[in-house]
Amino acid sequence: MTKEFKRPDGRKVDELRPMTAKVGVVPNADGSAMFSFGDTIAIAAVYGPKKMHPQHKQNPEKGTLRCNYNMISFSVNDRIRPGQSRRSMEISEITKWALEPVLMIDNYPNMVVDVHINILQANASTRCAGINAAAIALAHAGISMKNMVSSVSIGKLDKQLVVDVDKKEEDWEEGEGATDIPITMTGDDKITHLQLDGKIVTKQLKEAIELARKSCKEIYEVQKKALKESLSEGEK
Amino acid sequence: MDKVLTTPDITRERIKRYLSEGKRFDNRKPEEFRELIIEPGISKNAEGSARVKLGKTEVLVGIKMNTSEPYPDSPDKGNLMVTTELLPLSSPRFEAGPPRIESIELGRLIDRAIRESKLIELEKLCIKKGEKVWTVFIDIYSINDDGNLLDAAGIGAIAALKNTKIPKYDEKNETVLYEESSGKNIPLSKSIPISITAHKIGDNIIIDPTREEEDISETRVTIGCTNGVVSSMQKGNSKELTIKEMEKILDLVEKIEKEISLKINKPLK
Amino acid sequence: MTKDNQRKIVIPGEVIVKGDNYLPGEGTEKKGEEIVSIKYGLSEEQNRLIKVIPLSGVYQPRRGNVVIGKVGNITFNGWVIDISAPESAFLSLMEVPKYVNKDGLDEVMDFGDMVIAKIWSINKRGIDLSIKSRGLGKIDEGIIVKINPNKVPRVIGKEGSMVKLIKDETKCNITIGQNGLIWIRGDKIDDELFAKKAILFVTEKSYISGLTEEVKKWFEKEKK
Repeated sequence: MTKEFKRPDGRKVDELRPMTAKVGVVPNADGSAMFSFGDTIAIAAVYGPKKMHPQHKQNPEKGTLRCNYNMISFSVNDRIRPGQSRRSMEISEITKWALEPVLMIDNYPNMVVDVHINILQANASTRCAGINAAAIALAHAGISMKNMVSSVSIGKLDKQLVVDVDKKEEDWEEGEGATDIPITMTGDDKITHLQLDGKIVTKQLKEAIELARKSCKEIYEVQKKALKESLSEGEK
Repeated sequence: MDKVLTTPDITRERIKRYLSEGKRFDNRKPEEFRELIIEPGISKNAEGSARVKLGKTEVLVGIKMNTSEPYPDSPDKGNLMVTTELLPLSSPRFEAGPPRIESIELGRLIDRAIRESKLIELEKLCIKKGEKVWTVFIDIYSINDDGNLLDAAGIGAIAALKNTKIPKYDEKNETVLYEESSGKNIPLSKSIPISITAHKIGDNIIIDPTREEEDISETRVTIGCTNGVVSSMQKGNSKELTIKEMEKILDLVEKIEKEISLKINKPLK
Repeated sequence: MTKDNQRKIVIPGEVIVKGDNYLPGEGTEKKGEEIVSIKYGLSEEQNRLIKVIPLSGVYQPRRGNVVIGKVGNITFNGWVIDISAPESAFLSLMEVPKYVNKDGLDEVMDFGDMVIAKIWSINKRGIDLSIKSRGLGKIDEGIIVKINPNKVPRVIGKEGSMVKLIKDETKCNITIGQNGLIWIRGDKIDDELFAKKAILFVTEKSYISGLTEEVKKWFEKEKK
């Protein structure tokens, strides 16, 4: 069955779209990066750590991570009205949860680290691309981290599991339709973020998680390469 | 504005003194732009787009089109809407939240330069008089602010409009089919407004300031003009300008306008 | 660790060495038998101690550092100084080498003034500065250049050799703050800008070996 399944863009079921990553795309920021899956392009900039203002928001026990995810108005066909939406606010929070477990945030009492993520162009999996860019940007900003995180969306199209869902697949209607499962994992295979919309039996969901683990390894390599190459080029 | 983020006073003094000798910190002449790079068509989901880099300053501009009802006072004309977002991503000086006056003014300046020069032939964007017209959205985003976002945005808006294709409109279902292009360019007149901002620092007039220079700008004048014809103008910041200085600015802008429009017509890619 | 990979670029979570023979230093942590990086930077081994030197990110203040900062606020007993670090520092009027009248703090240093100071204490309350030693105090004239603070050691060079070379070639006084702010003072603005250009050249080429030779060549070329 695996061999017969045809994805709209001709990819193999476990094939990610071509990925690119670049460090230092926002010179003003303390750390920044771009990450793309095919036509989905995210940029992330990190400012901080810096003292949290106002003072009453300071936490003397540990630092605070703030994430701000947004899609630019012309990243999709139907223009998005500029500013925060309910969706972008939720994804901002999800992104924070996906990143926070690897950040050694205890090292930054009373401080805040701001992560700004903007989706420049969208063809599904934008939150995953955003998280991947943010992880690179945080490392670039010199923040202490136990590990990197990598994020991918696993899809179930009818009965078939696929990796790195694009827009056409997200709108899959045949058979059982589409189930979208974005997952984020640390470099040592721990899950920091998991969402699911659709229908799937637990046995297959376990397979989906295993598939995500393998894909995250590929994404990790792209993130690592971008970081290593940026230093040898003598950036910033 | 948080004072700690701005240019130190002693550096400001040096920039001013150097300018009084006719020189700038980055070796440019007072009326010289930084390296200008225009990349058109950088977005697949926009009807038109461009990335503009002026030195380390970077903006993205996208054009989206949708249908809507016309305004009652112009029943047979399309609508134009310009918005600007100074992204917190692009500078530690920009904060998240509702748009501030800087970004609103920037959007309005670009809006007026385009509207008053009649660059977009809005009368050709009428689908059904009094009922349905095209709305053109010009959305401007800052990616990195190293001064003069204003002119970068203006150049970006023109460059993006120049590669804008009208999407297909399904008259039966009254929907826009974004996946299909009508193959038609957005109707543009020949009068392309170039918006240029001149800054007064001490007794000197400069254009295209870096962040450091913009910090010490005492007053500025933004001029939208085409072939020497001025169609929009705004003086910003609270400091006066002599008539002589204003005349100097007008002469300067007329000269530079030609150089910039050449660049827009032959973008680098 | 073999000689070849003594200095290598590592990312957070990357295993640097395995085995019980090594000790985890700054920028690393021990995980079972492995020493793992918690920073993006260059890993180094010295006497079995492994550390990672970050090459990007915000300045992390340390006791004894000379820094350059800007007066951000004046209180009843001192000045709040922004030192481009995660938090501001405080200069008490007790740490000024002369008597200061409590009503005249702004006459000594006013908002926006730049100052060279030494960090003499870092504690829970904050960072305390002093300007009691030689070479410290308010800056009256010159230009301030901001560089990536992680590149400060390269601009200073071995035993100050790089900054000495730049000083000699440009005839400028140069004071380098560990926080990445540099004060340049010359007779002419052209000299100051020449020194700035040289410093930026060093930061751009900071990864090549034989940097001093490279900078000497650069000066020869620029002076033609």
